[in-house]
Amino acid sequence: MSAQKTLHTHSREPLLRMARRDSIDPGLAWAIRGAAFLLSLVTGAVIILLLGHNPLAVYQSMVVGAWGSPTVIRETVKLAVPLLITALGISLAFRMKFWNIGAEGQILVGAVAAGWFGLYTATIFPKIPLVALMMLSSMVFGGLYGLLPAVCKSKWGTNETLFTLMLNYIALAFIKYLMNGPWKAPGSSFPRIPMLVSGARLGKVFGVHWGWILALVLVVVVYVYTTRTKQGYEIAVVGESANTARYAGINVSRVMRRTMFLSGALCGLVGMLQFAGADYTITEGTAGGVGFTAITVAWLAKMNPFGMLVVSVFIAMLERGANTIQTNFKIPASASDLLIGIILFFMLGCEFFLTYKLIPRGKEEHHA
Amino acid sequence: MLDTLGRLFVAAVLAGTPLLLGAIGEILTERAGNLNLGVEGMMFMGAISGLAGSYTYEQAVLAGGGTPSGVVSALVALVCSLAAGMLGALVYSFLTISLRANQNVTGLTLTIFGTGFGNFFGEYIGQNAGGYVAVSSVTKDAFSGLDIPVLSDLPVVGPLLFQYNWLVYLALALALAMGWFFARSRLGLNLWAVGEDPAAADAVGINVTRYKYAATIIGGGICGIGGMYMSMVTTSGVWVHNCVSGYGWLAVALVIFATWRPLRGIFVALIFGGLTIMRMYITIPGLPVQIYEMLPYVATILVLVVTSMRSSREHAQPKSCGLNYFREER
Amino acid sequence: MEHTTDCAVRMRHITKTFGKVVANRDVSLDLRAGEILALLGENGSGKTTLMNMLSGIYYPDHGEIFIKGEPVTIRSPREAIELGIGMIHQHFKLVDVFTAAENVILGLPGSPVLDRRRLEKEVADLAARYGFDIDPAKKVYDMSVSEKQTVEILKVLYRGAEILILDEPTAVLTPQETEKLFAALRNMKKDGKSIIIITHKLYEVLSISDRVEILRKGEYIGVVDTGTTDQDQLTEMMVGRPISLEIERPAVERGEKRLSVVNLTCESSEGVAALNNVSFDAYGGEILGIAGIAGSGQKELCEVIAGLSPALGGAVLYSGEKNGIPVQENLLGMSPDEIARKGVSMAFVPEDRLGMGLVAGMDMTDNVMLRSYKNGRGLFVDRAAPKALAEKMIGELEIATPGVDTPVGRLSGGNVQKVLLGREIASEPSVLIVAYPVRGLDINSSYRIYDLLNEQKKKGVAVIFIGEDLDVLMQLCDRIMVLCGGQVSGIVDARSTTKDELGLLMIHVEKFDDEEAAG
Repeated sequence: MSAQKTLHTHSREPLLRMARRDSIDPGLAWAIRGAAFLLSLVTGAVIILLLGHNPLAVYQSMVVGAWGSPTVIRETVKLAVPLLITALGISLAFRMKFWNIGAEGQILVGAVAAGWFGLYTATIFPKIPLVALMMLSSMVFGGLYGLLPAVCKSKWGTNETLFTLMLNYIALAFIKYLMNGPWKAPGSSFPRIPMLVSGARLGKVFGVHWGWILALVLVVVVYVYTTRTKQGYEIAVVGESANTARYAGINVSRVMRRTMFLSGALCGLVGMLQFAGADYTITEGTAGGVGFTAITVAWLAKMNPFGMLVVSVFIAMLERGANTIQTNFKIPASASDLLIGIILFFMLGCEFFLTYKLIPRGKEEHHA
Repeated sequence: MLDTLGRLFVAAVLAGTPLLLGAIGEILTERAGNLNLGVEGMMFMGAISGLAGSYTYEQAVLAGGGTPSGVVSALVALVCSLAAGMLGALVYSFLTISLRANQNVTGLTLTIFGTGFGNFFGEYIGQNAGGYVAVSSVTKDAFSGLDIPVLSDLPVVGPLLFQYNWLVYLALALALAMGWFFARSRLGLNLWAVGEDPAAADAVGINVTRYKYAATIIGGGICGIGGMYMSMVTTSGVWVHNCVSGYGWLAVALVIFATWRPLRGIFVALIFGGLTIMRMYITIPGLPVQIYEMLPYVATILVLVVTSMRSSREHAQPKSCGLNYFREER
Repeated sequence: MEHTTDCAVRMRHITKTFGKVVANRDVSLDLRAGEILALLGENGSGKTTLMNMLSGIYYPDHGEIFIKGEPVTIRSPREAIELGIGMIHQHFKLVDVFTAAENVILGLPGSPVLDRRRLEKEVADLAARYGFDIDPAKKVYDMSVSEKQTVEILKVLYRGAEILILDEPTAVLTPQETEKLFAALRNMKKDGKSIIIITHKLYEVLSISDRVEILRKGEYIGVVDTGTTDQDQLTEMMVGRPISLEIERPAVERGEKRLSVVNLTCESSEGVAALNNVSFDAYGGEILGIAGIAGSGQKELCEVIAGLSPALGGAVLYSGEKNGIPVQENLLGMSPDEIARKGVSMAFVPEDRLGMGLVAGMDMTDNVMLRSYKNGRGLFVDRAAPKALAEKMIGELEIATPGVDTPVGRLSGGNVQKVLLGREIASEPSVLIVAYPVRGLDINSSYRIYDLLNEQKKKGVAVIFIGEDLDVLMQLCDRIMVLCGGQVSGIVDARSTTKDELGLLMIHVEKFDDEEAAG
């Protein structure tokens, strides 16, 4: 045998090979995520630079615009509340791999359901029962709106992504109908829905409607529900494998329906909070893209409720900051969507480097 | 009565064309096994890029003292929108094919990004143009109905079939070519295999990665052209905030109704094009116009439910669609 | 090196790792031109990995490959094909919705426009040359397993492969089909092809190969001429120590009738008839084996009994007891949930371990409570008891895992199966259904599983064992029921039956259909 010498030769080996990591050091994982996040900000900075502005000044202005004074902090929190609750709702569905992208519609339906009580029974009920009724009806109707695609998916496997999405447009058209027709504010020259009487509006704690306290409570509730309860366990099993769930005696379609009802109910609740706590009326913009941005929040936080709290505050800062840079630099506020997209692209991409490592040509693979 | 139907047909073709472009772009993508939910985003990117391209070209020529040419302007719009759609799809492809990110989430992100991209640059260029972006009449004319000698002048048939803008014929040609591609060509068979069973395709030496990239990027480019149709034809060369507004999502749904076949896509696009504009041609007494607006979305849901109730092995979604492929997995 | 030019393939010092797992360590292999080489080793010994590096699926970490004396780099299946190497994988790599001919020509260069009629004729001609019987226009999803294998072989031959690699080709075939395949392989050898056949079945090695190369735990052990060796020597080389491959069959007195399946009829998820009037009884203290070629209704039978799929007709009668109270139920039409609530103590180890029996992404505790999390009142799950059980199982079943918190998907196949079977046994069933419990397991793990099943039998449990290896079925079981095309073609005494008898039963109904169709 004379082939011993060829043991370590590497002729024409591929330039890069990849191998799955067995485990990753948490420090390295956070370093990779941090690097991806920084890179996304750098990419944003390049775009700002190309538009002829100083990126540092723009970023600084965004931060100041979101945290610079008690007034803007309140505005930022007001943006974070619907994002957070919607993300919590969406995450329930996402955990079982049910792609609920109909949060927009569920928010609108919740707002309308609350709106009926708020606009037409404010004179009948005292404030506390009225608010309770608004909450209840927004959750029931938001839940039912989420339930519909779940029923079809569990029965026939109907594609829920498109179903929930189409429901968004239907809800939007319905709001337009209400604005133009039955709910049109009397005496208004343009189509709009009347304002909620001030007596029925949600009370404020530290200058922001109490929805923010509710949101914090819900973070804990969703955390406990998903990790400690039987129903939460069922959601996890269904999400991993519907076959295993069936085998385990879990009624997959019931779990799907129940979870989507809850998911829709939380989104519906957001509609009520927006109506009774923030806008005091219902418009086409009541949901205002929250349903989509919340998907980002849930995903970036990897469905962890406490993570969602952090991410939603961060995204709220971007959105609030984008308004400031529109005034200060004449950069359109849609910049926040652009930036959120870029950040998410980078975070999605960095997952790869958490799971795999690249081995360049000629490098040995070392084993611990 | 025939007159109304005829006008409805013409309007349906005009409204259905961006849907057709989006749908066949997505058919090509999904046939390669990539479920790209970013059609809406890529259409937004195509819409603003096409418009911005034409506008920039016009401004440059005018600044040089010349007269812009409609044909050149249209070509610039075509190239820019194609490039923008391809750019969006490239990001998607890199993330899902090379970095194996979740296809659903990446597609949704592309939609968020593309919507932001469109609206951001639409407003930005508008601000700099002093209010809003609009192309000149030269370019507008280039996107209006053609006057084909003899054919356009035929009675009845002429107005119904031969007086559309050139993008309509481009979309039809693309759909026909793609139908032939899948049915008869060797490359089409290979691509179909990649979407059905990438491991099987890989085992016979088909470069799965290359096919996936190529199909997804070209598909994205076609979606981009569909977006350009929205900004140049539907809104006549003026940037309207949120102008794509759900057409991309309808296109994704149409792929299912077309059972992943481009030729069938022509018919479903025509039908859904008709549904989106029917309220302007046929009034149903007592039906408020906003409820009428729901029609295409309600119809989409109904067809989704009905198609999901019966399943067929051959007219189903490509089997690997939505799943990433990685050879050295163990 | 002397025989350089004689060798169709030479692999030298090949090493391949996946993460921390070393699949091949310093393995060499010679395939002489025009010979049939058997590559022998237990499950998990690295045979398939080694061959995947020859067919371009994997790329080696170290080592060299020579084809006809030339050093080569094989980076993709395409490059392997260009070098004349064709591999027939154990799991067929065919596109379901394509025809046989489309699959055969897939990926080949040629005219940009397909002429399907001409291609189908070419494929038919090629099939005829080697004596294969196949309709080139038939869709793969309509094909039997053996037809699919034929398409795979044609695919490789059509590409002009000179070197053929077959990965466990007989695992899915009846003994009769195996003989046909071996005849075809001998034809190919006469035609000058060099062939490697991967297997872990000794009698096949002895009947088809010229030489045998043995791998163990990813390492090269040796090469022997088939003519000069015997089963004992091969076993010792394969396992590393002289062991008896006999499986124990404890004598236990047959107990009460636990399960009686009567005229069961059902359709598969695609709406095709899957079970047709299946009737049998299972008794306590007995292992009832179920044999049949893949897709004869085994999966549907298990799932209908377990309440996972609906049936069109028939009955599944259970009789047992719970806490001293007799339980008699017709399980048909009940969900797994209802079956459990009625006090029916039936356990089921499905074929798809990580796709149905367990949740790959969850840890052992969460997997152990999969079938019992509903017990106990209240909204909250109790993780203490399952955690204790998981820890007990790790000790008793010698499960190799970093701990109860490790996701079970990260464990090796044998350990995954121990978790699954351990959990099912822990529920103290009176009926235990196991589907292909040793598939993919090494010999040690397999024998541990057989022991566990025998223990259950001794306890008086009615064990139903769905298997594919006839040798194992004949040694382990008391009775064997053979399924063919969804019908029971016979129930025989495992002690007195022969392989030929089982082989004929496995195909007899189909054969009958063929004659009828021809007539």
